[in-house]
Amino acid sequence: MILTQIAFYLFATVLVLSAAMVVSARNPVHAVLFLILGFFNAAGLFLIAGAEFLAMILVIVYVGAVAVLFLFVVMMLDVNFTQLREGVQRYAPVGAAIGVVLLAELVFTVARWQVVPHPAPIAAGNGLPPGITNTEALGRLIYTDYVFLFQACGLVLMVAMIGAIVLTLRERPSAKRQDVSKQHARMPADTMEMMSLSLGAGTTGNHALAAGRDGFLRPHDGYGAVADEGGPGVRAPEDHEADHHHGA
Amino acid sequence: MNWTLALPEIVLSCSGLFILLFGVLQKRSEPSFACTMLTLVAFLVTGILVVVAPDGAGYHGQFVNDGFSRFMKILSLGAAGLAAILSLDYNRQEKTARFEFPVLLLFSTLGTLVMASSANLMTLYVGLELQSLAIYILCAFARDELTSAEAGLKYFVLGSLASGLLLYGISLVYGFAGTMEYAGLRQVLTGGAPLAAGLVIGLVFVIVGLAFKLSMAPFHMWTPDVYQGSPTSVTAFLAGAPKAAAFALLLRVLAQPFGHLAGQWQLLIEIVAIATMFLGSLAAIGQRDIKRLMAYSSIGHMGYAAMGIASATDAGIRGTLVYLATYLIMNAGTFGCILAMRRRGRALTRIEDLAGLGRTDPTLAVLMAVFMFSMAGVPPLAGFFGKLMVFAAAVQAGLWVLAAVGVVTSVIGLFYYWRIVKVMFLDAPVAGAFDHRAPSLSFVSAVTGVATVLFLLVLGPVTGAAQAAAAALFG
Repeated sequence: MILTQIAFYLFATVLVLSAAMVVSARNPVHAVLFLILGFFNAAGLFLIAGAEFLAMILVIVYVGAVAVLFLFVVMMLDVNFTQLREGVQRYAPVGAAIGVVLLAELVFTVARWQVVPHPAPIAAGNGLPPGITNTEALGRLIYTDYVFLFQACGLVLMVAMIGAIVLTLRERPSAKRQDVSKQHARMPADTMEMMSLSLGAGTTGNHALAAGRDGFLRPHDGYGAVADEGGPGVRAPEDHEADHHHGA
Repeated sequence: MNWTLALPEIVLSCSGLFILLFGVLQKRSEPSFACTMLTLVAFLVTGILVVVAPDGAGYHGQFVNDGFSRFMKILSLGAAGLAAILSLDYNRQEKTARFEFPVLLLFSTLGTLVMASSANLMTLYVGLELQSLAIYILCAFARDELTSAEAGLKYFVLGSLASGLLLYGISLVYGFAGTMEYAGLRQVLTGGAPLAAGLVIGLVFVIVGLAFKLSMAPFHMWTPDVYQGSPTSVTAFLAGAPKAAAFALLLRVLAQPFGHLAGQWQLLIEIVAIATMFLGSLAAIGQRDIKRLMAYSSIGHMGYAAMGIASATDAGIRGTLVYLATYLIMNAGTFGCILAMRRRGRALTRIEDLAGLGRTDPTLAVLMAVFMFSMAGVPPLAGFFGKLMVFAAAVQAGLWVLAAVGVVTSVIGLFYYWRIVKVMFLDAPVAGAFDHRAPSLSFVSAVTGVATVLFLLVLGPVTGAAQAAAAALFG
């Protein structure tokens, strides 16, 4: 018991401190890192409360996805944080008001004040055998009882994905794409050409120089990397270098 | 568990995924036409499955199949199918014919089917979100046009707000009643326990969220801009199936779980309906753009259809259902005519562009006039019967004020519908004739035009089906 107490106070202290650091850290990257620390400690608190599923979800979703996304935004967008911070004084009253509301809720909870003295009993979730873990209980509810809604939610996400693609994807005609079957179908003879050069001459005006004895191989097309439009043979020399990597 | 209950939805979603895959793998330059045809086939198959699907509840109280859901699903599928046909040529001419269009249309329709079958507040929300999300994307589909992007963004932001209100209401209802299943809610509410205030607040939030989706009066602000900005093929869909589905939700939620609280919500619906009817008819008068005019017209129609709910009787709900059926037919036909408004390859939407249409293209002008008179509720046409039934239901329920407002706003509505007919037949042509009509538009306009004129012949069966649906809702 005493161990749980110690763990609780440890997690709670670190959580509050890191939360304070999130808003006060000067470096936005540090702020995000403190946010991640805060998430981990909150997960620890959930574990103590016996909500192990929530704890794991917090770590996976918030640390694994959301915080990393924040990090990306902070690092990739040119956000001027000192400018963002200028409004602190102005918005302080709003923040204070929210703090007061939360404090009032805390007081009501401690004082056991009830809006409805005798609410109707919760009907959902009945029929689960006692003694199963909350992960198992949630699993049964989501994947067995509410499978219809689960699948419908999947379709909602599917529609969101279609929408993101429909509204943003633009086919650029100049974009080069890899066509694997085309790459496989190529023979060396299709792509290489024996060139004979007379001594001291360059390769400019290639075909005019086809009279010499010694030859070298000249690639005359990319390795299957096809442009939708624009004919072949208009590439800069460094493109060949890149194409070698694609084709390998 | 009887999973075959949701067979139409399962088949439709699987075919949606298949069509998406087909479109992606298709090498031809225009897979859109083939995908739209496949979507129509999927709608047809789903429609047949809906008709033969067994009655019953399943999936742990999340899904229900009854006469009401069947009626609404057929309406949704029909309206979506007409919208898909309308989009065929328009999208090609506007160079927005990408295969994702029919796929998104299909998923949005799937959302409307789920909404029609909801037996749980969670199903309601997920279905609504599936339907709306696909429409937000469709509104911004012509992404190079500023107006289209604006329409999509505006609808998305305001729609999210409405979803938030709806979810807040659902959470309150769940907190006070302890369940989200309609059957369970009904049990709690008829149990005789004192009614918690929070439950009523939650119900009000749910109604507000749904009223937003229906563009009812205080929550209509998004409608004109979204209707005008979206590609017209999207507007044609937007004004049809989603409205019917949102009405399905409102009807089911109010009649089934909260049926015993009729005293609590009846006045609210009545006020909203009155405000909606007034706004729809008065704001439409000054419009110069026909898509904006149609936006206000559809707002007004939602008000008339809500009259049936406000009366909270069997007959009222039957009236609402018949009204919705006629509205969907007229709506598809009118948009078929609007989509045909092109000169030299450019789509037109101003009302004065219609000037002299009676001389340059009499067929189109007559069709448009039929739809306009039908929307105004002129007797032998389809729109009249829907209006008659909801007015009669309101009078029977003793809601005289509501019925009187309905009559007054109908007369005002007749004025702006008549203005279009006047522009077409009495004004002199300002420019040449419209471009040659695309066959898809002629088809939809002709079919719906005949249905509008001869609705009297099918009035009996439609009313019978609506009666059965309303009975299933109350049963």
